[in-house]
Amino acid sequence: MLSNMTMGQYYPVDSPIHRLDPRTKLLLTIALIVAVFLVKTLAGYLLILGFIYLAARLARIPFRMLLKGLKPLRLIVLFTFVLNLFFTAGEQVLLEIWVIRMTREGLRQAVFYSLRLVFLVLGTSLLTLTTSPVALSDAIELLLSPLKRIHFPAHELAMMMTIALRFIPTLLDETDKIMKAQMARGADFESGNLISRARAMVPLLVPLFVSAFRRAGDLAMAMESRCYHGGEGRTRFRVLKFTRADLAAAGAMLLLLALVVLERIYL
Amino acid sequence: MSIEVRHLTHVYGEGSVLRTVALEDISFTVREGEFVGIVGHTGSGKSTLVQHLNGLLKPSSGQVLVDGEDLNGDKTDRRALRRRVGLVFQYPEYQLFEETVARDIAFGPKNQGLGKEEIDRRVRRAMDWVHLDYEKYAEKSPFELSGGQMRRVAIAGVLAMEPEILILDEPTAGLDPRGRDRILSMLENLRTKENMTILMVSHSMEDMARLATRLLVISDGKLAMDGTPREIFARGDRMRAMGLDVPESARLCAALREKGYDLPADLFRPEEVKEHLLRLWKEASAC
Repeated sequence: MLSNMTMGQYYPVDSPIHRLDPRTKLLLTIALIVAVFLVKTLAGYLLILGFIYLAARLARIPFRMLLKGLKPLRLIVLFTFVLNLFFTAGEQVLLEIWVIRMTREGLRQAVFYSLRLVFLVLGTSLLTLTTSPVALSDAIELLLSPLKRIHFPAHELAMMMTIALRFIPTLLDETDKIMKAQMARGADFESGNLISRARAMVPLLVPLFVSAFRRAGDLAMAMESRCYHGGEGRTRFRVLKFTRADLAAAGAMLLLLALVVLERIYL
Repeated sequence: MSIEVRHLTHVYGEGSVLRTVALEDISFTVREGEFVGIVGHTGSGKSTLVQHLNGLLKPSSGQVLVDGEDLNGDKTDRRALRRRVGLVFQYPEYQLFEETVARDIAFGPKNQGLGKEEIDRRVRRAMDWVHLDYEKYAEKSPFELSGGQMRRVAIAGVLAMEPEILILDEPTAGLDPRGRDRILSMLENLRTKENMTILMVSHSMEDMARLATRLLVISDGKLAMDGTPREIFARGDRMRAMGLDVPESARLCAALREKGYDLPADLFRPEEVKEHLLRLWKEASAC
């Protein structure tokens, strides 16, 4: 049912990129996003595309798989493109039919804005494809932990994220089961108009909520009975360590940023 | 009404790395009035099998025929056939959703498009079958009830559709002995008094010994044995090889036979065993 959700799903292979510290990957992804917003020229975009391509190669992720992540976004990209193409003010008019005006500036902006969106998705999918959700929430917790001083609940936030991710497959299974059970009682989820379809969801949603709350209660009990009391004084099973590879990756990213800045100044 | 399964094969995740064969070339026929027990260890494919019997899963190959009609044929009205083959899932109490017990039980009949009076009659009858007092429970919220009561409400929800064949997937799992006994005696009544054909998946060989007229043993997605409980419980060695067991009574007899006592190989009903043991006792004390 929901098995075609490939966008950003962890792709479990072993590669230098997979082995990087998740904190490094998270920070580098943010740096990449900054780079995407900095570049102005086609050469700059090609540079970033090359960087992403190389990173994907290094991560042993088929580039096709990365591109597949763009599919759910195609409408938004198209929308951005069209909107910018026809509604950007500019001097050099390329095409003019009735009220529709296409300018050189508009074309430029349309191409670059769409590319920006595409690169944003490619960059972030690269992160989620090479980093397991658990490692990612660990990284978020550690990166946010300085904020604990101002009472920001970094640990709790990361724990919630981990639990939520952990329960997605469970809830999908549960949905499937309840759906079948109601279908066995003659429920019909597929036909009828919008209202009758929405009504048909009640026999599915009520048991689903009931079981989600029951699971939440059980889980809370199980965590408490194993002495969980929040993040304070808690040690970790997986200790994250920066290695030379992280340094090298950071170096590569710095190089890219430097090139991007040069491109912005001189091109 | 009969169900015939012909060379049923079911493959999950065809064409991907996760491809698993859940069922492989299974054939059997269930005749009217039978009480068929389906046994097999966890993951053997029992639940997958029962979901094929009312068309919730489609076979990868093979056929399921209900009264000679192919359940997955192009012209088959699957919803109509589903009415005749009632399926009670594992932990059915998790499917309850209505505000009152009566309305939850009425969900199935309502989907069948029955009139108000007929629905009411069926709800009362179904509650009677599962031994829930209508006056006392009909207007209660199903979420206020105990686990065993909730399960009986859920079973009543399927019974209210008045199926000719009732399929239950582990109906007694997680119940205390009293709750379990209630459900088993209810099933016994449905078969003997209402002439319902029943298929039950269970781990409990004691339950099977008590009720089943025939057993299907599933192992690794294949039909390993098909026969009367008498035939199958006489093969304790083979059952154990598949990670299953035979009822305690049958085990006791096998152990005694090994010690040289003269007992027939196909004993398993507690009463029979008792008689034979008393006979042995008398013979021994007569000497």
